Amino acid sequence: MAAKPKLWYFRGRGRMESIRWLLAAAGVEFEEEFLETREQYEKLQKDGRLLFGQVPLVEIDGMELTQTRAILSYLATKYNLHGKDPKETGFSWIESSCCFVRIDMYAEDTLDLMMMVVVAAFKPPEEKEESLASVVKKAKTQHFPVFEKILKDHGEDFLVGNKFSWADIQLLEAILMVEELDASVLSDFPLLKEFKTRTNNIPTIKKFLQPGSQRKLPPDNHYVKVVRNVLQF
Amino acid sequence: MAAKPKLWYFRGRGRMESIRWLLAAAGVEFEEEVLETREQYEKSQKDGRLLFGQVPLVEIDGMELTQTRAILSSLATKYNLHGKDPKETVRIDMYAEGTLDLMMMVALAAFKPPEEKEESLALVVKKAKTQHFPVFEKILKDHGEDFLVGNKFSWADIQLLEAILMVEELDASVLSDFPLLKEFKTRISNIPTIKKFLQPGSQRKPPPDSHYVEVVRNVLQF
Repeated sequence: MAAKPKLWYFRGRGRMESIRWLLAAAGVEFEEEFLETREQYEKLQKDGRLLFGQVPLVEIDGMELTQTRAILSYLATKYNLHGKDPKETGFSWIESSCCFVRIDMYAEDTLDLMMMVVVAAFKPPEEKEESLASVVKKAKTQHFPVFEKILKDHGEDFLVGNKFSWADIQLLEAILMVEELDASVLSDFPLLKEFKTRTNNIPTIKKFLQPGSQRKLPPDNHYVKVVRNVLQF
Repeated sequence: MAAKPKLWYFRGRGRMESIRWLLAAAGVEFEEEVLETREQYEKSQKDGRLLFGQVPLVEIDGMELTQTRAILSSLATKYNLHGKDPKETVRIDMYAEGTLDLMMMVALAAFKPPEEKEESLALVVKKAKTQHFPVFEKILKDHGEDFLVGNKFSWADIQLLEAILMVEELDASVLSDFPLLKEFKTRISNIPTIKKFLQPGSQRKPPPDSHYVEVVRNVLQF
């Protein structure tokens, strides 16, 4: 029986949270090792486990994976959340890649938005407030209108190919993250509201949203302090 | 016959250069529309061509693609430069992400005030020498093959060459401690499609200068 994937990161969201969401939504149990000290980090580096000296690190299928997007892409494909299998469609560009690339485009976009929130935590207070306000504004004017229109145009339950995918998981994660900054952010987006309810109720996701799951909290001062201490910046 | 891919971007490297490299290395001819004015940009937004209001934009096979990494990943797959199975694909992705991060630092540094820019570029050279190039030197040493992954030319090799040349523009001696990377550079530079791309008159773009920065600031208004 295959070992469970193992995640190496700080005890917080950062660049690992989207990976946790993906695994949880796919119903995959995973273990976590938490980085708390500089010594642990230096040991990981010395043991040659961090390709470019960076976390996230995910141990899976006998590999040690780093680079957030590489990990997400691998997991999405592995757990059938990345569109039609190219082998099914004879590697036809239009048939298979169109879904693949569309999922990637949407996921990249929501990831960019969420990374702004991650990075904001490390800024001085006034800059941080400004950054977070900018995230809410971008969500309302640049990101959410696009997803609202996508859902409106095809009238389906999921963003791509009428099938639950990585793009849907990331969009839900982004919606919830922005709502933590401004609870009214979906007020002009009725289809996104429905999407949120519908996706929240997918059993694996519903479970992940309950207290006691491996979902992490928004970054607080303690988290920022630990990260700065371990990565020394 | 399929139309050639069409690239929408500024007349410079930025986030489009890695896409140009990939297409050129794959021997794919492409056209370019150059973004020069705010009006062009606003028109392409109004026409709904920029999914999230951003460039790069690549028109290919009847689709309009944005998001640099999504574009690169799908082109790598399309042109058989993305490994033979998921385990090779993820290694290629890891290496490509690493070099892309390094090159994005250079792209962003162009927009900083002079002292900060110098600092940023010095940091790029330092990171290349201590964090990135040693890793690739070791990969090549450990398997003794010509290419980074699976003994076959891939997207990871193209990106590494692009990154090496970019960092050499900042510090010509940056490969002095990396004999295998020097050989890699020579070998990959001599691949016919790449050799062609490296010649003057190709669609390869020069490093960002103040004119480029001015145009981008003006068009994107920041």
